[in-house]
Amino acid sequence: MALLEVKGLKKRFEDTQVLKGVSFQLERGQVLAIIGSSGSGKTTLLRCLNFLETPDEGQVLVGGRCLTGSQLSEEDIRQNRLHFGMVFQNFNLFPQYTVLENITLAPTLLKKGDEKTIRDTALRLLEQVGLSHKKDAYPHQLSGGQQQRVAIARALALNPEILCFDEPTSALDPELTGEVLRVIRGLKDKDNTMIVVTHEMEFAKSVADIVIYMADGVIEEMGTPEDVFDHPRSPKTRSFISGAQQPF
Amino acid sequence: MFLPVTLELFSGFMETLKTFALTLVFALPLGLVIAFGSMSRFTPLKWLTRGFVWIIRGTPLMLQLIIIFYGPGLMFGLHSMPRFTATIVAFSINYACYFSEIYRGGIESIPRGQYEAGQVLGMTKSQIFFKVVLLQVIKRIMAPMSNEVITLVKDTSLARIIGIYEIIWAGESFIKKGLIWPLFYTGAFYLIFSGLLTILFGYLEKKLDYFRG
Repeated sequence: MALLEVKGLKKRFEDTQVLKGVSFQLERGQVLAIIGSSGSGKTTLLRCLNFLETPDEGQVLVGGRCLTGSQLSEEDIRQNRLHFGMVFQNFNLFPQYTVLENITLAPTLLKKGDEKTIRDTALRLLEQVGLSHKKDAYPHQLSGGQQQRVAIARALALNPEILCFDEPTSALDPELTGEVLRVIRGLKDKDNTMIVVTHEMEFAKSVADIVIYMADGVIEEMGTPEDVFDHPRSPKTRSFISGAQQPF
Repeated sequence: MFLPVTLELFSGFMETLKTFALTLVFALPLGLVIAFGSMSRFTPLKWLTRGFVWIIRGTPLMLQLIIIFYGPGLMFGLHSMPRFTATIVAFSINYACYFSEIYRGGIESIPRGQYEAGQVLGMTKSQIFFKVVLLQVIKRIMAPMSNEVITLVKDTSLARIIGIYEIIWAGESFIKKGLIWPLFYTGAFYLIFSGLLTILFGYLEKKLDYFRG
């Protein structure tokens, strides 16, 4: 059974139908890359999965259990969110906490273990993203790339089943994107299930198991990286891919 | 003459300080409650709260003092509150309304991403507010709050209208003895106290300087 199943997801903001029925499946350990131009609905899709937006129609199932519905209490939503982790484009670290505290805050509040276990996990995650030496620094003392790596560690601390990335390198200077992408690639090697909304075509091509190209609120094309990048069937996909790969 | 004047002014200044301190004790939290009311998604509550804030901010504190002290007796035949209680009630409500607008501005200035980061980490609404947002709000509202607090020091003198023997009244009582300098002397009390508050706020701002946001 697929770990994640999304069925007919629709979302409208006032006059704009942002998602017009999106369906896909993701197996445990797979990496899904979602590409597409701005306004195609990629980010809204990710936000629906994390319950930051409520879809108008459609279902989200994790491990066969349906998480969506109209009768959800705030507490249900809070619990459902924990299946997913989210890394934002703008990091959204908590400025008043140190790097280590940023990672331990949620597990502590959610009573995910005793203080020492939580701290040890956080230190291990910091090592994994290569920032052990920055554990006592505050977010404003870090570069964008370092902040994003902390944000990844923070999301991992709750051990989500599916980790989502919303354009994780779009707010970074070009020379800093590499360090973040390397961390994400490292997570793939540890069999994490991930969904990455990205503009980094080379990265999507090399890391993803499945690539979805979204256009105008629908999945225009879905397949292996080879299918989508090298042999796109839809003309829209073809022009997007060739446009993205042309330097000027 | 200097010592008796000093002692007299000190006794007045004690009333000033009591009014100041108790007003802060009640108005600081009450302001937060009013701020939440004025940001409520339940529209009737939102407009009721905003209407209340409009009335309180739109009328003189002196008028509110008089109404709260004399109103219950004249309108409903009830016993009036003790003078000092009425003073604290009027000041607390009035300052809570001003604080609520400062809080609201501070809370609304926190980027949505901070709330969303808390949400995706599974925190509850109150955890997000108290553990993530509040300290950032406090940092952002330090300057306007120091303005209000220093204004409060001086506004306490209005309480004399319902018979609180505060420091200016004490200073004025020497006029009939032909002395004007005790009035200037009361100014020194205010200046020293607001100077101390300025130092305190400077210290707090420095304390919160360790982070940006």
